[in-house]
Formats: sequence, structure tokens, C-alpha cells
Amino acid sequence: MSFVERYQELELLRFMTCGGVDHGKSTLLGRLLVDSRSVPEDHLEAAKRNNEVDFAMLLDGLRAEREQGITIDVAYRYFRTNKRKFIIADAPGHEQYTRNMATAASNCDLAVVLVDAGEGIIEQTRRHSFIAALLGIKHLVIAVNKMDLVDRSEERFDTIRRAYDAFAARLEVTDVEFIPMVAATGENVVQRSAQMEWYGGRPLLDHLENVHIASDQNLIDLRLPVQLILRGDDGSRHVAGTIASGVVRVGDEVSVLPSQTTARVSGISHRSEAFAPLAVAITLDRDVDVSRGDMLAHVRNIPTLSREIEAMLVWMSAEPLQQGREYLLQHCAVQTSAVVRDVRYCIDVTELRHHAALELRMNEIGRVSIEASRRIAFDAYSRNRATGAFILIDRMTGETAAAGMILDRETAPEEVLTPVRSLAAIEKLLADYGLDADSIEEITAIIASRLDR
Amino acid sequence: MTRYVVSHLRRLEAESIHIIREAAAAFENPVLLYSIGKDSSVLLHLAQKAFAPAKLPFPLLHIDTGWKFREMIAFRDEVARQDGLDLRVWTNEDGRRENVNPFDHGAQRYTHVMKTVALRQALDHYRFDAAIGGARRDEEASRSKERVFSHRGPGHEWDPKNQRAELWNVFNTHLTKGASMRVFPLSNWTELDVWVYIEIESIPVVPLYFAAERPVAERDGVLFMVDDDRFRLHPGERPVMRNVRFRTLGCYPLSGAVESTARTVPEVIDEMIASSWSERQGRVIDYEEGVSMEDKKREGYF
Ligand SMILES: Nc1nc2c(ncn2[C@@H]2O[C@H](COP(=O)(O)OP(=O)(O)O)[C@@H](O)[C@H]2O)c(=O)[nH]1
Repeated sequence: MSFVERYQELELLRFMTCGGVDHGKSTLLGRLLVDSRSVPEDHLEAAKRNNEVDFAMLLDGLRAEREQGITIDVAYRYFRTNKRKFIIADAPGHEQYTRNMATAASNCDLAVVLVDAGEGIIEQTRRHSFIAALLGIKHLVIAVNKMDLVDRSEERFDTIRRAYDAFAARLEVTDVEFIPMVAATGENVVQRSAQMEWYGGRPLLDHLENVHIASDQNLIDLRLPVQLILRGDDGSRHVAGTIASGVVRVGDEVSVLPSQTTARVSGISHRSEAFAPLAVAITLDRDVDVSRGDMLAHVRNIPTLSREIEAMLVWMSAEPLQQGREYLLQHCAVQTSAVVRDVRYCIDVTELRHHAALELRMNEIGRVSIEASRRIAFDAYSRNRATGAFILIDRMTGETAAAGMILDRETAPEEVLTPVRSLAAIEKLLADYGLDADSIEEITAIIASRLDR
Repeated sequence: MTRYVVSHLRRLEAESIHIIREAAAAFENPVLLYSIGKDSSVLLHLAQKAFAPAKLPFPLLHIDTGWKFREMIAFRDEVARQDGLDLRVWTNEDGRRENVNPFDHGAQRYTHVMKTVALRQALDHYRFDAAIGGARRDEEASRSKERVFSHRGPGHEWDPKNQRAELWNVFNTHLTKGASMRVFPLSNWTELDVWVYIEIESIPVVPLYFAAERPVAERDGVLFMVDDDRFRLHPGERPVMRNVRFRTLGCYPLSGAVESTARTVPEVIDEMIASSWSERQGRVIDYEEGVSMEDKKREGYF
């Protein structure tokens, strides 16, 4: 096989790195890029100090900007091996970390969480793991770094692993891998460590090259959000969009949502079948009414159709979320106005506990109920990352105010919801009675503090 | 199972098509910025795929500084003619009248007047609200964090402190008054992806990317092609014929050539994987880096 043939067949893995500040993220990324020979000579030369590569400097595009006071968020880096091509989403840790991490995680298959072997599992470890899981990352690598500072001790590694397992049992992550590492020397990054023979697993790069991600793909539920309608010279109509999940074949009977009119697929851009995540243009055998914002699905497997959405929100705007305020909601190709009816609770990300809240501030995560001004076709985020995700846009500033993950409404509402829900109700009631804002706040604060035990 | 595995290149292709379609659907008057280089060739190819069997729903815009390689201009016109494209060419006429050029005014000022200002003029003139360009994140450190949909305030200014969070492939295309958008469908492509895609899709590119005997002058170790008689030769200096090609193309007095024997796309790819130097190394006088990219983008540079 020629290089071109081999190259085009490479699989893609998108991953991110996170962890506490100074746990060695820059060092690890630098090692990974240098030891896999992905850094051009001129960049490598520029990052040398006293003939040693300064890994932090190598990733300097960002650091320089940080000094200039520019908002740094996610930077993307690219490298490849003979097995896979990788896109790294690198979100530097600082005060806006939740927002940046959620952004980075939204497109990743895997997250590498760095843990300092000396410090063990800390607040940031839990916080980052939670956000990764919330955004639907199914594969975690816990990179226990700086093993040189704990005598490369297997016992220490096992202690950390047990502590993490106890916490991770509450996350919906199925695949967690632990790797003891010395990023500074490159041990277990690309090369296996000769000094930690007790570790039977693979070095990090080996794991990244081989971790099984094909089955993460949803090939069951056909969802084709319609981006636009194209017209051929012959007057033919082509429904264009990117397949969010599932497989579509010529002859399939599909339902156009939300109208639920049906038609058969008569052609798929010169193929007999297509599947996620391909971008296609399909023709239908009937002249049904279909336009941007609609969604096609198999007649016997359609998504939820509703104006009401239960979702987890990551709030990203400096302006806190206000209940009752109108936002623009963007879901697949639908843009519609929507109101957040209720903040059900806010999550303490570190302790994984819920507490009552009336608003969400920047970098807070909470559960809300939203009412859109039109019906939307959606799935739970846990089942479908593409049709379960949305953003809220602030109409005035145009900024992306929140990222939303739709919840499965089948699941029983958690206990904690009841009092919170009534808290919001009490607030409305008090307002209806004509109480002034300050008094309402005082009363609800007292109630909230009681609920928050 | 393998039947449903989509290779990284086909994923990139699908992602780009998705972005291009989104830009066409969400904006009133989008334009494709066509710079004639390899990335633009790929971008144009993807746009044509995105709307097939319909025609491109938006025009192409080329900012002509007056100093492009002659072969680039010939290639541009041929592509537009063959594909029946609506090509708009824009030059900053004030700059041309004042004869702003890379020799007398220096790379920085020349680039500002003939590229940055020209682009702003053209976007304002045609009232384009979205400009789709072929920039890649792997080109340069400051690009690595650029959004796919990059928001520009009134006056095209880019406020790095006020960029929108971008998650999944749910793009925020909302424009407030006076604002516009730059859209980068090739964000996640690398130089190698671009070349391999050009090969497998047989996409035509400017012949300057392939080695041939060309007249060059050497300045501080950099080979410049003497493309016409406006090149300022030193007294007594004569162009010499060398086997060279270009890794990136721009204005000829600012683009460094590399010595090469690669005459086909696979040969270019072979040279590229053997070389341990970055794409930008060839551009010693890199007009995109004369001043910091950050500052130029603030001014409205692409
Ligand atoms: N002893 C030891 N030090 C390390 C290791 N990895 C990184 N460091 C050091 O830890 C410090 C923080 O590393 P850096 O990569 O900048 O951390 P970041 O803040 O997570 O990006 C630096 O001084 C590194 O040299 C390691 O494996 N062992």
C-alpha cells in the first residue's frame, strides 16, 4: 500500500488533557508530540534552552497570549502515528476552566486526566472527571504523573487508583484506564518505563492508538437534521444535511419531523447507503414539505417531539441565567426562541451534590427546564450526542450563554427536585402577592439554606 | 463493523461540508475568500461538493494585491471560467495609485494596505456578512485556538477577549448589528491532509507547487522567484535558473521557494514527510508574520 492509501484510512481519535495546575500537562503534551516526532525541527529549535527542549515553551502560542491578558481557551493540536490521527483539545487551567473544559470535551472521545502522584486525587481531579463525563466522554485515562517523586511505588499507584475508583463509580464512564507516568522523562508516555516493571499495561500513546471507539458510534437511530434544500438543474429536490446518527439506505421509509409526513428515500448522493457522520444530499420519492430545521428519521424510530426540554446547562456567560428570560436556542439546524422556566438545582461539581438555586452563574452547572417556542425533535444526550445537544444564545450580545445536554425524561426525577421545584413556585407565589424583590430574596434564601443540607 | 468506520479524511470532509452549508444557510450574503493557493483549491472543491447538484450559492472573492505570481492569476481565471464561477476581484485602488509595494514600503505596511484594508473595503462594498476562508489551525500557534465561526465586530475588528464558546458542531451564527462572521471550514485539516485529499480527489492546484526550473534570486539564504521585471535586482545581480517549488503561495516578492525535485502530488507528499521543517519555514519574509498575527487579526486581517 502506498503512503497515500495508508494515510487516508487512518482512524481519528479526538482527546483532551486536563488535571490540576502544575500536575504536568504541558510536559506530557510536549513529550507526546516530541517523542512521536510530530514537532517540526524549527519549532523544536525555537523551544530549546541550554540544549534541552522546554516543553512548556513548545506549547507557547498560548502562554504568550496569557501574558498579554488575552482570553485563552481551547487550543487544538494535531499529530499522527501509523495507526491513528489525533486531535488534541488543550484547555489551559484557569478561572474559566469549566467553560473551556466543557468546550474542549464536547468533541472528544477520550480525556486524559493528570494526577500528581504526590498529591493524589484532589478537587480538580474530581471536577474535571465530572465535566468530562457530563459532556459524554466515555473513555478516561488517569495519568498518575510524577511517579519519580514517590519512588515509582506500585503501592502509591494502587492507593490513588482505589481512591479514584470509589469516586468514579458515580460517573457514567465505562472505560477508565490508569497509567503510572513520569512525563518529565517520558516514562510510559510513548516509551514503556523500564523502572516500573510492576505495571503491566500499555504506555499512553499505545493506549491512544488502540482504545476501541468504533462502538461509541450510534448506528441504530437514524437522525438527519436538514440543513438546507438543494435544487438540481432538472428541478430535482435534494435534502442536504449531516447524518447525526444511524444508517440510511435507498428505499427506507422516513418521517419528516416535526410534521411527521412520510416518504421513501429514492437516492443518496450516488450511494446506496450512508451513515454518521457523513454529509449527504438525499432525494425523496414524494414531494413532501421539508425545510431547514426539520429532521428525518426512520418511521418506526423517531426522536422525542416537544417544546419542553429537561436539560443540564453549563452556564458560560458573565451575565447569570435568569429564569423567565428569553434566549435563542440553537439545536441542530433549528434556531428558535426559548425561555428557561425553572432552575431545578445547581451541582456542586466537586462533591457531586445538588443544591437549590434560583440562577446559574458563569461556570456553574445546573438542571433546568426549558420551553421553546416551537416543537423540536431531540433525543437524550446520553443516547445521542448530536441530537441531544444545544446552545443558548444571548440575543443582545450574541454570545453563547450556555451549553445544554438534554436529559432522558423517562428517568424518575431525583428526590432533591421536589423541594427545589416548590422553592421556585414559592418565589413566583410571593411575587404574585406583590412582595418586593428584596423580601422575596430574603425569604427564598432562608428556605434555600434549609433545603441545602 | 468496519463497514461503518469513517476514516479521518472522510470525517474532515464531512465536517467541512457541514460548516460550508451552515454558512450558506445562516447568512444573507456570504462569500468564499479565494486566495488561489492549495487550501483555497480544497475549499472550493468542498463547497462544490456541499451544494451539488446545485451551483455554488455564493460568489468567490479574490483580493488582488497586484503582486501575485502570474501563474496564480492565470490559474484563477481558468478555474473561474471552467467552473462558471461568480468571481469578484478586488484591489485597493488607493494603494495601487500610490504604488504601495513590498520593495519600497516593507512587508508590513504593504500587507496592511494591499491585503487587510483591501479585504475590509471589499467586504463593505459588497456587504458580505460572512467570509468563508481556508485558514487551518495547524498553520501557526495563534491560529490554534481560532473558532470555526469567528465573530467580528463592527469595522471587522476581532476582539480576542470576546469570542464565543464553540461546542460540538452547533455553531452560533447569530449576528448583532454591524457584526460579521469569518468562517473556517478547514480548521481541523493539516498540511498533509490537504495534500492527500488533493491527490485522492484529483483537485487541480497552481503548478508553482511543483518543482520546475525557475528564475530565482537569493537573498539572505532565501530563494525568491523573479516573476516579472518589477523585481528589484541588485546592481550586477542576475536571476539564476534553479529547480524550485513553493510550499505556500502569496505575493511573489515575499514568498520563499524551496529547492526540490517533486513534480507530482505524491512526490510533494514524500518530500513533506521526509522534511522535518514546518510549512512556514519557507517564508522567511512571511507577510503574515511581519507583525503579530494577533494584531493583524484585530485590524481585520483574515
Ligand atoms: N518530578 C517530576 N516533575 C515533573 C514531571 N512532569 C512535570 N514535572 C514538572 O512539574 C512542573 C509543572 O509541569 P507543567 O507541565 O508545566 O504543568 P501544567 O501546569 O500541568 O502544564 C514543571 O516544573 C515540570 O518540570 C514528572 O514526571 N516528574
